[in-house]
Amino acid sequence: MGDLARRYGPGLTTIILLLVAFWLIMLVIVPNLTLLEQSFRPYLPVVDVGGPKDTYSFSNYLKVFNGEIETSVLGITFHIPVHVKTFLLTIWYSMVVTVACFLLAYPLAYFMAKVVNPKTLPTLLLLLFVPLWVSEVLRAFAWWIILALKGPLNWILLGIGVIDKPVRWIVGYDGVVVGLVYTYVLFMLFPLYNAVSSLDTNQIEAAEDLGAPWWKIHWRIVMPHAKPGIASGSVMVFMLSAGSLLVPSILGSTTSQWFTQTIDQWFKDALDWNTASAYAFLLLVLCTVFVTVAMKLFKVRLSDIAK
Amino acid sequence: MSAGIDLQDVVCDFGSFRAVDHANVSIRPGEFFSFLGPSGCGKTTILRMISGFIDPTAGTIRIGGTDVKGKRPNQRPTALIFQNLALFPLMPIWENIAFGLEMRGVDKATRRAKAEELLKLVDLPGAADKMVSQLSGGQKQRVAIARALAVEPKVMLLDEPLSALDLKLRQHMRAELRTIQKRTGVTFIYITHDQGEALAMSDRVGVMSQGRIQQIADPRDIYNNPANGFVASFVGENNIFEGTAGAASGGHAAFDTPEGRLRARQVAGTEGKPVRLYVRPEHTILSATPAAENSVPVTVEEVAFEGAFISVHGRTATGKPITAELRNDGSATVPEKGAALHASFDPARAALLPDVDVRH
Ligand SMILES: Nc1ncnc2c1ncn2[C@@H]1O[C@H](COP(=O)(O)OP(=O)(O)O)[C@@H](O)[C@H]1O
Ligand SMILES: [Mg+2]
Repeated sequence: MGDLARRYGPGLTTIILLLVAFWLIMLVIVPNLTLLEQSFRPYLPVVDVGGPKDTYSFSNYLKVFNGEIETSVLGITFHIPVHVKTFLLTIWYSMVVTVACFLLAYPLAYFMAKVVNPKTLPTLLLLLFVPLWVSEVLRAFAWWIILALKGPLNWILLGIGVIDKPVRWIVGYDGVVVGLVYTYVLFMLFPLYNAVSSLDTNQIEAAEDLGAPWWKIHWRIVMPHAKPGIASGSVMVFMLSAGSLLVPSILGSTTSQWFTQTIDQWFKDALDWNTASAYAFLLLVLCTVFVTVAMKLFKVRLSDIAK
Repeated sequence: MSAGIDLQDVVCDFGSFRAVDHANVSIRPGEFFSFLGPSGCGKTTILRMISGFIDPTAGTIRIGGTDVKGKRPNQRPTALIFQNLALFPLMPIWENIAFGLEMRGVDKATRRAKAEELLKLVDLPGAADKMVSQLSGGQKQRVAIARALAVEPKVMLLDEPLSALDLKLRQHMRAELRTIQKRTGVTFIYITHDQGEALAMSDRVGVMSQGRIQQIADPRDIYNNPANGFVASFVGENNIFEGTAGAASGGHAAFDTPEGRLRARQVAGTEGKPVRLYVRPEHTILSATPAAENSVPVTVEEVAFEGAFISVHGRTATGKPITAELRNDGSATVPEKGAALHASFDPARAALLPDVDVRH
């Protein structure tokens, strides 16, 4: 802080600090605390708010266990509350998105960090950034058009004879996964790129000199070194995917439901902000727990990611 | 067990820049061979071509008699020790050493046993389970050697491996490397810009300048009979006289300089070429009276005590600096600053040399 004051003078420093405080308090802390407080209160008609019925309880949170439906996975049929099912599917497909992003981003990150001529790298980065200039809504719609039954993808595949009748691509969660991968793959790419480019090229050459085939060089040398980058990329893609509302709304099919859509319905359709808040916190807390457990399993520490 | 290496007219260009220019050398199996030269002269490039990380622009490289053109580093019987060692920081020491064996599909117990055995060879027992960051510079050095030896290479390639160590340790590791090389019988190709290192350890030395090999000879020959001015200046100190060579007889030639007519050895093949006269400070004798030949009057400007010897810096009447080294064994009287003396040398100890390689 003393540093800031010395560099920008007391006036500007005060303004900077006030803006940061405003950002943190008014835009992050206050709304979240309000929602948290609301999530423990029942949804009441306006006249009853603050009255004797307005007491704190966990009942909003327990609503996820209402309404069992029959589900079958791998031939086993069982009953499960519908919102729990939505939650589990959201977690599962967010994992699928994370893995797909890794599989796409890792080779590209390696290529950018270790293979490509440093002179052409800025051009490559620019090409990667260009799609970000278009709004997320338009990008999701672009995929919706590409994947449509009478869209360009089917048209091309029919043209070159790979398929003989149009394929319905947006079924189940497929459209959502494609859209989320496209939207968030760069959040995987950049941490990976940073991690891989910090690896001393001599390490790769030493491994090769000692007889390692290319895939073992990656498995034993590059990936272990890039682990913090893989972890921070994965956490980001996973959290963003699980929390995304736009992509599942646009690219979802009749049979796909994202947990954020359920929250959205509580907010906008049921106008029950209290239950919506409870669901939102449930998603936040459970995703955080999930990520923490995953990090423990892969032996990654928070301080590694911060790097 | 060990293999010889032949480079035949090897050229390496980076764009329009020629990093290695027609290198020809034949390294014998089991030899300790050093490439010596200033930074940027192309030593690392030669080593990387032998290990397979760079393809030569032209020329042939043979390892153990077979042309290795097109073979990847993991298909060559060489092991490279990198300038920065490139140990794997995320693996314990024994996994580092056994990495090559792991890649060859050797089972874990055998790998571990081999790693322990190699740690004993490099005098580092008990370090198997430590991490790289826990070792000192010299210990890391030994691990790098053990890791390279584990794959039983026929040729070890070492890129300035001692440059990061302090002086005492460097001298110790020199002897150590030499011992390991003798014990294993593997051909060592060693790169350094430190002339003392190259002379002390090698069977033969190749001195390089600007991509060209200037001279290949054993350490004594390199020092006593340098092929040209570059080698003479890079390996040790000299007093240098400019002038023109005159008539030669019996291997010696007259050399006319502003300091008078001197005589020195003529090196075969340099007749009629521009040359300079080189004589080592330890072969330069100071006396109160002029010597019979090769005598130049000098005024003493500075006397520097260096421990084992004393350097006397003087200047001739024409302003040319002259240095003479006296052994600090009480045999010579140390001159005073400002004394007027005569510097002289034996014609057999002085040579007329061209500046650089003139064979091309
Ligand atoms: N990949 C490369 N691209 C362009 N120039 C290079 C490359 N590698 C080395 N050089 C140049 O080649 C010359 C020799 O380099 P190097 O063999 O590393 O020298 P040394 O090991 O003797 O110090 C240097 O001038 C260096 O700048
Ligand atoms: Mg080098």
